[in-house]
This record gives sequence, C-alpha cells and structure tokens, in this order.
Amino acid sequence: MSTEKTSRLKVDWQSIIRGNALIPVLAIVTSLIVGGILVAIANTDVQAAAGNIFSAPGTFFSTLGQTVGGAYDALFRGSIFNYQASDVALMFKPLTETLAFATPITLTGLALAISFRSGLFNIGGTGQIIFGAMFAGWVGIYVHLPFWIHLPLAIVVGVIGGAFFGALVGLLKATTGANEVIVTIMFNYIAGLLLQYLLKTPLLQAPNTANPISPAVQDTAKYPLLFGDTNRLHWGFFVMLAAVVFTWWLMNRSSIGFKFRAIGHNPRAARVAGINLGLTYVAVMAVSGALAGLAGTTQILGTEQHLTIGVSASFGIDAITVALLGRSNPWGVLAAGILFGGLRAGAVTMQAEQAVPVDIVTVVQSMIVLFIAAPPLVRAIYRIRKGAEVEAF
Amino acid sequence: MKLSKRPFVTVAVVALLTLLLAAVAPHDITTINVSSDTDFFHIADFPVSVTIVVWTCAALNILLAAGAGSFLFLARRKVPGAITGVAFFAMALSALVYLYHGNNMTITSLLQGSLALSVPLIFGSMAGVLSERVGVVNIAIEGQLLFGAFASAMIASMTHSLWAGLFGSLVAGALVAWILAVFSIKYRVDQIIVGVVVNMLVVGLTNFLFGTLMGDNPVLFNQPPRFDKFSLPLLGQIPVIGPVLFNQTPIVYLMYLALVVVFVALFKTRWGLRVRAVGEYPKAADTVGINVYRTRYVSVVLGGALAGLGGAFFTLGQVGSFGQGITHGAGYIALAALIFGRWNPLLAACAALLFGFAQNLQYGLAIIGSPLPSEFLLMLPYVLTVIAVAGLVGKVTGPAASGKPYVKE
Repeated sequence: MSTEKTSRLKVDWQSIIRGNALIPVLAIVTSLIVGGILVAIANTDVQAAAGNIFSAPGTFFSTLGQTVGGAYDALFRGSIFNYQASDVALMFKPLTETLAFATPITLTGLALAISFRSGLFNIGGTGQIIFGAMFAGWVGIYVHLPFWIHLPLAIVVGVIGGAFFGALVGLLKATTGANEVIVTIMFNYIAGLLLQYLLKTPLLQAPNTANPISPAVQDTAKYPLLFGDTNRLHWGFFVMLAAVVFTWWLMNRSSIGFKFRAIGHNPRAARVAGINLGLTYVAVMAVSGALAGLAGTTQILGTEQHLTIGVSASFGIDAITVALLGRSNPWGVLAAGILFGGLRAGAVTMQAEQAVPVDIVTVVQSMIVLFIAAPPLVRAIYRIRKGAEVEAF
Repeated sequence: MKLSKRPFVTVAVVALLTLLLAAVAPHDITTINVSSDTDFFHIADFPVSVTIVVWTCAALNILLAAGAGSFLFLARRKVPGAITGVAFFAMALSALVYLYHGNNMTITSLLQGSLALSVPLIFGSMAGVLSERVGVVNIAIEGQLLFGAFASAMIASMTHSLWAGLFGSLVAGALVAWILAVFSIKYRVDQIIVGVVVNMLVVGLTNFLFGTLMGDNPVLFNQPPRFDKFSLPLLGQIPVIGPVLFNQTPIVYLMYLALVVVFVALFKTRWGLRVRAVGEYPKAADTVGINVYRTRYVSVVLGGALAGLGGAFFTLGQVGSFGQGITHGAGYIALAALIFGRWNPLLAACAALLFGFAQNLQYGLAIIGSPLPSEFLLMLPYVLTVIAVAGLVGKVTGPAASGKPYVKE
C-alpha cells in the first residue's frame, strides 16, 4: 500500500511537468481564444474595420481589441468581481450569481459523474431535473405546512421524483438490456412534453392565466436567501456542497460505491464476484436521478419559484460537460461546475452590455470538453512532447 | 426451436385496444376526401359511418389475433410479420376515423404534411445507417442537420443560388461528421460523448451566429431563395400518391434517389459489404486487407453530407430562412427511426414516415378541436423508440462493433 502511495505522488509530479495536468488549462485557454475570435468575426465594427485593414491597420487592431477586450471584461465583471459597481455589496454580487448558477449545474454534474463512473452513460439530466422540479414544485405550491417541515418535505419529494425517473431507466436496462443512452435521450423529451402538458392542466397551471406557468411556490417551501433580496444565492448552495461531500463518501468510502465502481470497471467480473448487476443498475440510476432531482429542487424552490417549460434551462446538458471536465471526480465536478457557473453568469452581462449572445458560452464549453477528451490534439497545437499516457475517459 | 410469443401478444394487445376504441366511438359520420384537382380522374368525397369502420377494424383485429394464435399454438410456426403490420394499420385507421368524426378527413393533405415532416428524418436516419453500419455511433445527426440548415441558408442567401446553398449543406453536414469521425476514430474518444458534445457545439455556434451575423444583416446572410415544388409528368397526376409523393421540391426527389442509392450501395455492392464487415468485425475486415480507418471515415462523412441535405430541407425547402434550433430535435427522432428500422435504410424511412405522421396528426387534430392533447402525439416517437430498444416488439440488435474504436495491432 505504502509503495503505491509514493509512486502515485511521483506520477502526479511527472504528469505536471510533462504537461498532462497542463492539458485542462491549455484546453480552457484555447477555447477562450477561439471564443474571442468568434466574437471578433461576428462584430460589425470589426468587420467594417477589416474592410479598411490596409489603409488603417491601427483602427482595425484597436477595434479588435475593444471588441474582444470588452466582451471578456464584461464576462469578468458578470461572473467574478464588478469593479465598476457603486458599493461593495454590488461589487461582489457577480460572484454570488456565479455560485447561484453553479448550484444546479454542479448537482446535476455529480449525478452524471456517479453514473459515468458506474459505466452507465446517463444523459437524462434534463428529464430528471424536470421530474424533481415537478414533484418538489407541486408540494411547494399546493401543500400548506410550517417552514421547518414544508421545505424539507418538498426537497425530499423532489429527490424521490428524480430518483424514480432515473430508476426507471435502470430498470429498463436491467430487465431488457435497453441502451441507457437512447432511453435517457428519449426520456428527456418525454419529460419535457409531460411538463408542457401538465402546465396546461389545473394540476399545475396557475388559475386565471392562459400561459403555461404554475403558481408561485409558497414562502414556507423556499430555500432561504443567503444575502438578502438583491442576491439570488440561496441555501441550496450549501445543500450542493453537502452533496459533493456525500458523493465523495458514497463513491470512495461506502460499500455501495464500491459496487458501483466495480460494475463500471468490469461488469462481468463484478457479476462473478457476486454483485447483482440488475439491482446495481437500478441503484446507480436512482442515486443519479436523485441528485438531478435535487438540482431540480434548487431551481423550483430556489431561483425560479414558478414551474415553466424552461425549468431545467441548459443545465442537463451543461452537466454532461461538467462531469466530463471534472473527470467524474466530485471535487473536479465542483471546480468545473463553478467554472461553468461563472461562464453562464458572465454571459448574461456580456449579452446585456456587449450584445454578445450567451450562446458563445455553449461553444466555449463544448470546445473545452473536446480538447480535454483528446489530449494528443492539444499537445499537437502547443507542440508538447508526449507525457505519461493518461486515459481520457 | 423455441418460438417467440411476442408477435402474438402484440397483436392481441392491438386487437384489445381496437375493441376498446370501437366501444367508445360515437355514432357519427366521417367524410373522407381523397382527390385533388390535378388528378387523372376525380374520386368523390365519401362519408363513412364511424361505427361501421371501428367495428370492422375491431373484428378484423380479433380475427388476426386468433390467426396469430393458431400460427403459434396449432401450426407451431412463426407468426408472419404481415399480421402485425395489418393489425397496427387497422388500429391506426379506426383511431383516425374516430378522431375525425363529424369532420372532413383530407387524406392528401394529411399525407403531404407527414411527408414534409419525415424528409429530414429520413435523411438523418440514412446518415445514422451509414455511420453505425460502419461502427461509429452517430448521436451527432442533430448537429449535422442543424449545421446543414444553417450553412445552406447562409450560402444560398449570399450567392442567391439554391444549388450553391444545397452544396453548402452537403459540405456542412460532412464537416460535422468529419469532426465526429476524427475524435472517435483517430483520438478514440467515446463516440457517444463526442456526439453529444458536437451537438452542443453546433447548437451554440449556430445560435451565436444567428444572433450576430444573421441578426445584424439579415438581407445578406439570411434571406435565401426557396425551392419551388414541381410536379413530375404523369406520376404527379395519380390520385393521392401523385400530389403526395411527386409534387415536391428537388430536395425530396434527391431523397428518393439517395434512399435507393444508399440501400443498393450498402447491400448489393462490394463497398457495402466492406462497410458492414467493418461495422460487425473490424479485426476480421482488417485481416483480409480492408482499410478499417478509411472505410469508417468515408462512410461517416458521406452520411453527414446526406444529413446536411436534410438540414437544407428546413431552410431552402420549407421556411425560407434559418431560425434558432430550427431542427427541433429531428436528429434525435431520426436516431429513433434508425433504431426502430433496425439499421436498414428502407425500414428506417418507414419508421420516419410513421413518426412524421404522428407529428403531423397534431396539426390536423388541433384544427378540428380534438380532445387528444398534442403533447401525447409528439411523445409518440420517443415512446415507440423506448419500446423498440427495450425489445418489446422483437429484438433490436445494432452492428456488433458499433461504438467501439478500432486499434490496429
């Protein structure tokens, strides 16, 4: 055991100097550069200046700098620290926005990370968030209870909703061998359409409106806000941190997690060792769905407070990249979740101030994951010599 | 040999459902309209009694269930697939007549709408067939369709040439497929991961450029011309079939051509045999001298080009401009059609037509104010796919090496 530990340290050190730990950093930097190029190409001022590049090269480069610089400045001010704000609280507000976005993204990222490490590719984050939000939302809207029991009950019901929808996938896989990737993709659409339908029925639709929107969640079922009414960050953030620790404990310290990882490594060996494959598939998907359902509760009982078709936002998809970027490790997922939360928060400011569509974040995100998935590509771009081979996924 | 009871159970369930439909159907008249003005001869609209149709269909299905049962238990033979097919058709017919009771059911427009919704699905499912038959899982059909739609609109708008736009869609779809191919063949990244991430990339990129380039200057970048429909001589005048199949835009005619070519190429040529060999057992293919990597690249990229054409149908064939997320997840339904059609281009096209029909039905029903919520009709392709992959209607098995990267030793 002890020799393994020292050699592990050595490998870590070697991987840093040979550039393997460098790859995520380079992937992020490269993607941000490409994002900057896209912002420049799409900007009409830059296009106009490019037309006169030979007569006025100075103008071209200053316009280019202003455009790209302005965009990334807005991204920074929207996600980390707004140095232009009038008072200290407002200066730090962007950071709370980042964490507010990071909460559901990280939770769903954890959900997917657990399934990835167990050899199941759950891309049903969207559907499981929707189920969590529907269940929690119903309790939050229609059940009348005091705060100390209402909020926990709504959370638990939401978690059960997500777990149920996840377990269904596991059950299908266990009993019929249905491929979980296809099933979860289809379930995302089914959940979305089900929500769309229910938002037109009295079960969820607010009275006196023709719009597909539910009544507001009662105050007794809301996650309390952390920094007063002007910030959206709520106690769900600490629930998310607890979930990170829980996931670490579950996957690395508990016997259930050991079984999960065993079927992820080699399902046949796991079965020979006496692990019930079918039951474990159901359990993995239930736990995974439960965490995504929890993300749904932070949406409906935290930031959104009304059920709409867009309750899952883009978080189900973001979470895939978060789980991949964090290499399905809980702490890695947390870091990646905060990074992408920051990108989402900053993108809002970037769109408002610089008219750069938020979709640029999706482009940057997906490029980061593609680069990280293919270290040889990043090495080729930066001409880094090949280091110790580390399995991508 | 053990006989599967599944076809019998399926037919029995279908018969039961048809009977249920018959029991709840009202005594009313549905007027069926099958003719258009351009036909050789005119068929008059004819009213049918809902009661007679639903009960006839129910009786037929009960007979079919009995027939399936006697095949299985008395003759101890495999239940013919035709029995299941006819039973489903009878159920669909009685459901339609029931849903349209008291109204006009215009067959031609019902089918025209279905075909229009199916065209991109059929192109997409062909892309999936070409890719998965050679051993690369193609979750990126959606991205290929979307980028094809975007590129065709932009290029046709800039050049004022439909054919340049169509060519652009081919290249765009091929490009997305090439990214999928490079990452899954060269860098051996999990093919599903690449597919999902490539879709994200294309969604982000096209949304971004739609909001900037196309938003700032729509006249230059997003006002392409549109293909006109033209009727093929003679064929176009056959009642029902003519206006539905042979009065279409060139993209649809290209689709018929592509369907035939892909089917023949895959199953009747040496190239197709190689493609399938690589998708089933790449090591054996390699041993007999087939270049596994090249075969994979070529087939995946060709598929992507076809999906690109499917994307062009949205912009140059229908809407006449690009919009955010214009494909509405058609790539995933195409994936579903591919699985439902068991990796066979013709069966996948049939599945795509079925899905298109279900999607189109909601418009027809919305107009006559039917109580069936449109969401459930929209759900149908997804539910059917889950049922298909769960193996409830016969076993579904893809190419053996699909999803696995190949490492040459």
